[in-house]
Parts: sequence; C-alpha cells; structure tokens
Amino acid sequence: MIISILIGISLLGLASGLVGSFTFLRKRALIGDSIAHSVFPGVAIGFLVSQSKDPVYLILGACLTGFLSIVLVDVIVRKSKLKTDTAIALVLSVFFGFGVLLFTYIQHAYQSVQTGLDKFLFGKAASMLESDLIWLGGISVFVILCVFLFYKEFLILSFDRNYAKTTGISVRKYEMLLSLLTILVIVVGIQIVGIVLMAALLVTPASSARFWTERLRSMLILSSIVAMVSGIAGVFISLSMEKMPTGPWIVICLSFFAIGSILFAPKRGLLSRILKRKRIQKQMLEDNILKTFYHLGEKKVTFLEPHSREELLDRRYFKSDALSKGLKFLIKEDFIIKNGKKYILTDLGLKRSKRIVKLHRLWEMYLSTKLKLKGDHVHDDADTIEHFITEELEAELERILDYPEEDPHQTKIPYA
Amino acid sequence: MELFNSNFWWIFSTAIFIAVPSALLGCFLVLRKMAMIGDAISHAVLPGIVVAYLMTNSYNSFPMLIASALVGVLCTFLIESFNKIGRLQEDASIGVTYTWLFAIGVVMISFFNDNLDLDQDCVLFGEIAYVPLDSIELMQDLFVPKAFLTGFAMMTIVVMVILFFYNGFKITSFDPLYAASIGISLGLINYTLMSLVSFVTVFSFESVGAILVLAFMVVPPATAYLLSNDLKKMMFLSCLFSIHGVFWGYILSVELNSSIAGAMATTLGIQFFLVFTLNILVKNKKRNTAKYQVS
Repeated sequence: MIISILIGISLLGLASGLVGSFTFLRKRALIGDSIAHSVFPGVAIGFLVSQSKDPVYLILGACLTGFLSIVLVDVIVRKSKLKTDTAIALVLSVFFGFGVLLFTYIQHAYQSVQTGLDKFLFGKAASMLESDLIWLGGISVFVILCVFLFYKEFLILSFDRNYAKTTGISVRKYEMLLSLLTILVIVVGIQIVGIVLMAALLVTPASSARFWTERLRSMLILSSIVAMVSGIAGVFISLSMEKMPTGPWIVICLSFFAIGSILFAPKRGLLSRILKRKRIQKQMLEDNILKTFYHLGEKKVTFLEPHSREELLDRRYFKSDALSKGLKFLIKEDFIIKNGKKYILTDLGLKRSKRIVKLHRLWEMYLSTKLKLKGDHVHDDADTIEHFITEELEAELERILDYPEEDPHQTKIPYA
Repeated sequence: MELFNSNFWWIFSTAIFIAVPSALLGCFLVLRKMAMIGDAISHAVLPGIVVAYLMTNSYNSFPMLIASALVGVLCTFLIESFNKIGRLQEDASIGVTYTWLFAIGVVMISFFNDNLDLDQDCVLFGEIAYVPLDSIELMQDLFVPKAFLTGFAMMTIVVMVILFFYNGFKITSFDPLYAASIGISLGLINYTLMSLVSFVTVFSFESVGAILVLAFMVVPPATAYLLSNDLKKMMFLSCLFSIHGVFWGYILSVELNSSIAGAMATTLGIQFFLVFTLNILVKNKKRNTAKYQVS
C-alpha cells in the first residue's frame, strides 16, 4: 500500500510541478488558491446531485465550480473597476462559504455519509483507497501528457501572450486547456494536502525552481523534482510520528526548498547577490585608492614614491575604516607595499592604477567628443563607469577615439 | 415569531460586531489592492493562535491580542522580504508565505494534540451558533455571551484606531508618494493596518472561522466600491451591505439547518452579484440612451 501511495504522490508532484510552473510564469499563482477553495462546494454539489460518493461525480462537480470561479474572477475584473486581487479574494471566500453551507447541510441531512467527503477539505494521504489512487494517478498522467504534447504552445503563452496571438495559435483555447489542467491537478491534489495548502503545491515548487534557472525546460524539471521529493519526504515524516498529517509536512518540505533557493541559489539567490555586491564594492574601493596613488604620483612626476594615509586623504575623501581595509587588501594582493607608515605602489599596482585612470579619461573623452557633453559634466559619470568597463569595451573605446593623448581637462592619458 | 428569539439577537449582534470592523478594514484592503494579503494573514494566524493558546489556555486574552498583532506583522514582513529582498514575484511570495505558516500551525496542533482544545476545522469554520452557550453573568440574572463582549470590545478598538489614523490610512491608500512627502510613515500605517486585520481574524475565528472573516472583509467593501467613489460613502455603504447580508445569512442558515457563517458568506456573495449585475445593466442602459440621443 505504501508503495502505491508513494507512486501516487510522485505522479501528483510531477503534475503539479509542471502545471504550477506555468501558473507561476503567467503570474497567476493566486488563481490556484482561488480554485482550490472553489472546488469545495462543487464536491458537495456532485454528491447532492448524484446522491453517491462515486469519485466521478465528486470530481466532475469540483471541476465545474473550479471552472466557474475562474470565469467569475475574469468577468469581475473585465466588467468593473475591481482589481484582480479583490476579485480573487471575493470569489474564493464566497465559494468557500457556500461550500461550508452545503457541507453542514449535508451533515445534518445525511448523517451517515459525510465521512467520505471531508477528506476533500484537509486531505488524507494515509487513508487513501486503491480507487482514489487510480483516479489520482490517471489524472496526473493525463496532465503530464498534455504538457508534453502542448509544450510549445504553453511556452509562448507563458512568456509573450501578444506574440502568441500574432503567430495565429488560438490563445483562448490553450489558456482554457491550461486552466483545465490546473483545475484537475487541484482536484486530485486537495485530497492529499487539503484545500488551504493546495496553493503551495502549485506555487512553491515553481518558486524554488525559478531561482536556479532561466530556461523553461529546466525549470519544469526542477520544480517537478522539488514537488516529488517533498511529497515523498512528507509521507515518510508523517509516517515516522504518530498522528502526524501528511499534507502540512509536504508543504513544510516544499517551503524548505523555496526558502533555501531564495537564500542560496547561485546568481539569483540572496547570498550570492550580497557576495557579488561586496565583491564589487571591494573592487571599487581598491580602484579608487590606486587611482589616488596615481594622481599623487602624477603631481610629483614619479610614481614609485611612498605616500602616507594623510596624503591620500588630502587628495580624495575616504571613510577612515574603509581606507584601512582597502589598503590591507591591496597589500595582500601585492598591489602596494607598506614601508614604515607609508605605502608604495608595486609594478603590478602601477599597472592597475594606470588602467583605471586611462579608462576614466577615455570615458570622459568619449562623453565630450561623441556625446558633446561639457567638460565639467563628465567627471562624475566616468568615476562610476570606470569600474565596469570590460577589456572589449576598452579596446573599442581606444579604437573609436583613436588613442587620444589628453582628456577634456588637458591631462595626459596613460597607456601601458 | 420563533426565529427572533434571544439566541437570534445574541448571534446577530455578535456577527455585526465582527462584520462592521471587518468591512471598515476591508475598504482599505480593497483600495490598496491588498485583499490577498488579507487572505494570507487570515490563514497565517494559525501558528500565532496555537502559541498564544499554549501559553494562556484561552482564546480571548491579552497575550492573544499581542500574538495576533505580531503574526500580522510577521506575515506582512515575510511577504515583503520574499518579494523585495528575495526578489520572488509578489503573488508567489504571498502563496509561499501563508501556506508555509499555515502548515506549521497544523503541525503544531498535531504535535501538542493532547493539551490543545483546538483543531484546524474550528479555525477554518468556527461556529457562531455556539455563541450564546458560553455566557458570563454580568449582573444578577443578566447573562451575556463572552463572544458578544469581546466582539464589542474588538469593534470599539478597531473603530477607534481607524478614526485615529483615518487621514494616514486615507492618504496612503490613494497617493502613497504624497503621503510619504508630507511625512507620513508608510511602514507604520501599513503594519498597523495588517495588525488590525490579523487582530480581527484571531478574535473572530472561533465564531466564523478564518476564511469567512475574509468574506466579511472583502465582499461588502467590493460591493460598496462598485457604487461609490468616495471613501466615507464607501465605508458607510459597506457597513450597510454587511449588516444586510448578515441578516439574510442568518435566515438562510435557519431554513437549511446549516452553518451560519457559511450562509452569511453566501448571502454576501449573492448580494454582491446582484449589485454587480444591476450596476452593469444600468451602465449599459445609460450608454444606450446616450447613443440614442447622439443619433
């Protein structure tokens, strides 16, 4: 039995990871929340109409109200001044309230049968029946197949709806299909994690995956893996403790992945962005100190003379502790040598300082000759950009300006 | 008439003490496009409720008030951090945050199962029908339901805070840049509003459940917003709409023998769609007459 639960949850994870990525990219993450709450009355209606607990009717009813909720949100936004968030919250809470009304009605009117329905509310992975699992697996496989078949259409739809229109594919049709797939995943998903947490199964894997990649294909794979792993982990954690619900543990595992990704993903993650900023700040500080050495040397015509902190500070403003830190870095990296209380440029340091000054002055030249800016307007801009000019750009500037001798302030441009 | 017995009055007035502050706060949520943050907070209060309950063994207490305000602030803070610092798009930040907090709450409930008279059903649904059962003797032979008293206190607090911050709430809702330029702290106003939202949620979940508080917060203001362009008028109308909806909700629940709060959300929804449809019909008619006059 546990094997089939695990297979069921893995399939569900795969399906929700795929569909969730598309809802995420189309910025409709919260629609998932609204659908999850709106299928609740549908289950009750399915039961009331068919007078049975046959999953076909319950799922059919759920799909119906789920679909109705999407349509209503759409109509409210198009036909009134209410915004999407209000429309979603409104439809979600009213449908849910209506669901509560119907369920309590059923509870009182049919006292014996209600037990089978409430798993739609909170989800009960552990008590799933063989027949439930067949539905869950079947629907998940259907959803996965659809995503494979219409991958291209969904891709264009998610990134550029207007372009999709111009290519002549029927945007409405595929949006409908995508909505239908979302509803299907939600309808089977709420039986595992429950209505409230269903949104997480769609949003959280996609949110985690987004931090690791810029490509849709790898995002789909990653978010499916995240959802599957969390699903399986959730089952094992809840089995290992007494009376532990599965759904919330799945969501906690998912959130663990999401928060981990937000913090530690390379490039887009918070930590790597902070490190990058630190690195740039350090580089700029070093550049500025070396530049100051060069300026001092320029005045005395010899560059390899020692300078004290005070001389540097006279020439350019630094925060005292920043200057100490920068000097320490530079000594460690062999750009300067400490000599008593004074500091001297090494050959390496001289080379780097020359390059920075050159870039600064080249940029000033570029601004004044090509963009016709006044000479007194170019310094601040050059002071910022000098740290970011790459070697290719450097070569390009030299070529365009044809190795000018002097900058707009008539100081010499040093070439190595 | 049997329908309007003393139970009716207790339940009706308690519902109004929840509905009115919800509607007033909801006006700002709708105007600020923060309805879904309200949704998030109404779910995310669960762990706060559990912690405060474990500490005090009761739902209505001073620690509960502090905990509710804190959870509102925490939830808003997390959503904003994920969004601004973590660079996760806003809808996803909301989704990730509240499901995460709610899941933690459910796990805590299962974990402290033995010392908790609390389960997620009651947090989600509440049961306002039980309000008259839990009474205290105020004076001799005058029994007043506890929920009636806390509800009244809650309404008073919310109305007072809104009156106190009215200008701040108003200006920041319509023109945050101007508000910032005349020295109103956007953060303070925002967090105050969110604390109030979670305060109302926490003190009403026992009666109507967390998700249905959201119906009280969003539906009447949305209905009123269709009809007015003036904040004061909108607040007034949304109070009227919510009282009206609450009344018919009670009648409906008695007819169907169902959950009162669920029925109230349903009637509020029906009321919205009636106003919505009428509004469109009237607009179309106006447009048609205008066309006719032109031709």
